[in-house]
Amino acid sequence: MMLLTITRKELKLLFASSLIWIFLAGMQLILAWVFLGRLNTFLEIQSQLTQLANPPGVTEVIISPVFSVASLVLLAVTPVLSMRLFAEERRNHTLPLLISAPISISAIVLGKFLALMIFFCLVPLLIVILAASLLTGGILDFGLLGSNVIGLILLASCFAALGLYISSLTSHPAVAALGSLGVLLCLWVMDIMTIGPESATRHFSLFRHFENFNIGLIDSFSLAFFLLFTIIFLVLTIRHLENERLHG
Amino acid sequence: MISNNTDPVIEVTGLNRKFGQRVAVQDVSLKLYRGDILGFLGPNGAGKSTTMRMLTGNLAPGSGNVRICGIDLQDNPLEAKRHIGYLPEIPPLYKELTVDEYLCFAARLHGFTGSALQIALDEVKQQCELTDVGKRLTGILSKGYQQRVGIAQAIIHRPPLIILDEPTAGLDPNQIQKVRTLIRELGKTHTIILSSHILPEVESVCNRVQIMHQSKLVLDDSLDNLKQQNMNLENLFTQLTAGDISAGESVQ
Repeated sequence: MMLLTITRKELKLLFASSLIWIFLAGMQLILAWVFLGRLNTFLEIQSQLTQLANPPGVTEVIISPVFSVASLVLLAVTPVLSMRLFAEERRNHTLPLLISAPISISAIVLGKFLALMIFFCLVPLLIVILAASLLTGGILDFGLLGSNVIGLILLASCFAALGLYISSLTSHPAVAALGSLGVLLCLWVMDIMTIGPESATRHFSLFRHFENFNIGLIDSFSLAFFLLFTIIFLVLTIRHLENERLHG
Repeated sequence: MISNNTDPVIEVTGLNRKFGQRVAVQDVSLKLYRGDILGFLGPNGAGKSTTMRMLTGNLAPGSGNVRICGIDLQDNPLEAKRHIGYLPEIPPLYKELTVDEYLCFAARLHGFTGSALQIALDEVKQQCELTDVGKRLTGILSKGYQQRVGIAQAIIHRPPLIILDEPTAGLDPNQIQKVRTLIRELGKTHTIILSSHILPEVESVCNRVQIMHQSKLVLDDSLDNLKQQNMNLENLFTQLTAGDISAGESVQ
């Protein structure tokens, strides 16, 4: 299928750059650091926890915070990964190759999105492997773990779709990266800025929705918000590229 | 190949395009049959590249029709694009891929898989003399090789119509000779449109010639015809395109 041809090429280009390996190594370092820190805390407070009526488990104390940190790291690195998707095609003048081929613009956009998502799925995988190491000494709350994995993947898909759209707007990868970072930061601070708890703006914060998943709550509103956010930006990207062909 | 010798491979009628207020292409028509090699000439900014982008579906025409092997490019772009190979002005190379990887990707874009892909790849590498650079990265190749990879990419799926935007720009004389030989060879079985600034090149390679000036076609004739009338292409070109140089702004 054509879409997968694009995905394959994107992954090849992605893994051909040293950036990606540095990123993965850095990511694992940070995650392991937080993981070990939380593990330490857990061991320290374990005796006090046993006195509680309904004590939090290892997953809640150790793994959830790791996911929380991972979501922030994703925010910082998504722009760097998504910037090249279209901006670099433009800068290297390779876009005509794709446009002249018998492949629809939607397939190009979705193929690129899929490539980025496959890569992003490595991040929860790294955390799941970390979590699995805890199985040697205790039991895990797989429900909570699952909800975190789903949440992180959905959050990443929003980041990727947004990054893809901004990358399609410009021919300068650096501008694309800074643009996406700016928008993502705005979305992040949106829930800090709003003071009233019932203010509507807080619903636009991606992280507010991720927090639900983080505490093990698969809220259908958050789920719908993530999916809609992703779809809207993918459609915008497709529309923008189509328009460019018409008006460009 | 779908078309036989009597059906036009490409038929363009009344192509127009504006960028804002500026007219980039005005009323361009052409009709080419199998075996035709069209030299597309014109000063910088005359609208050659814009026309080529429209012929390959990279830019939607303001008005007018493009039919490739009888298939309308606007109505059925995916089907029509199967029959086109396009080398843009700047070869669209992914610098991090090797020549083999890159050409495989180009072939897969056109639906080649498995052994058919391997055969197409070997054939095109032989034809474009790329056999010994297959494992090298396209980004570190010389300009001549990059250009040949660009051509290879355009012909790997054996399209009836090949569109080359200044295929010999930036090459040394030996490489130019090789590319010309390649184009001549391709012209026996394909229809080719090539744009160029080098008039002798067009005279030696093409059998038809069109000249664009200030976004309009000012000449559309066969080279044999011109020779019979004892007309020199160079004089003709200067005559037709001199005068106004205000359209010198390059159209990308």
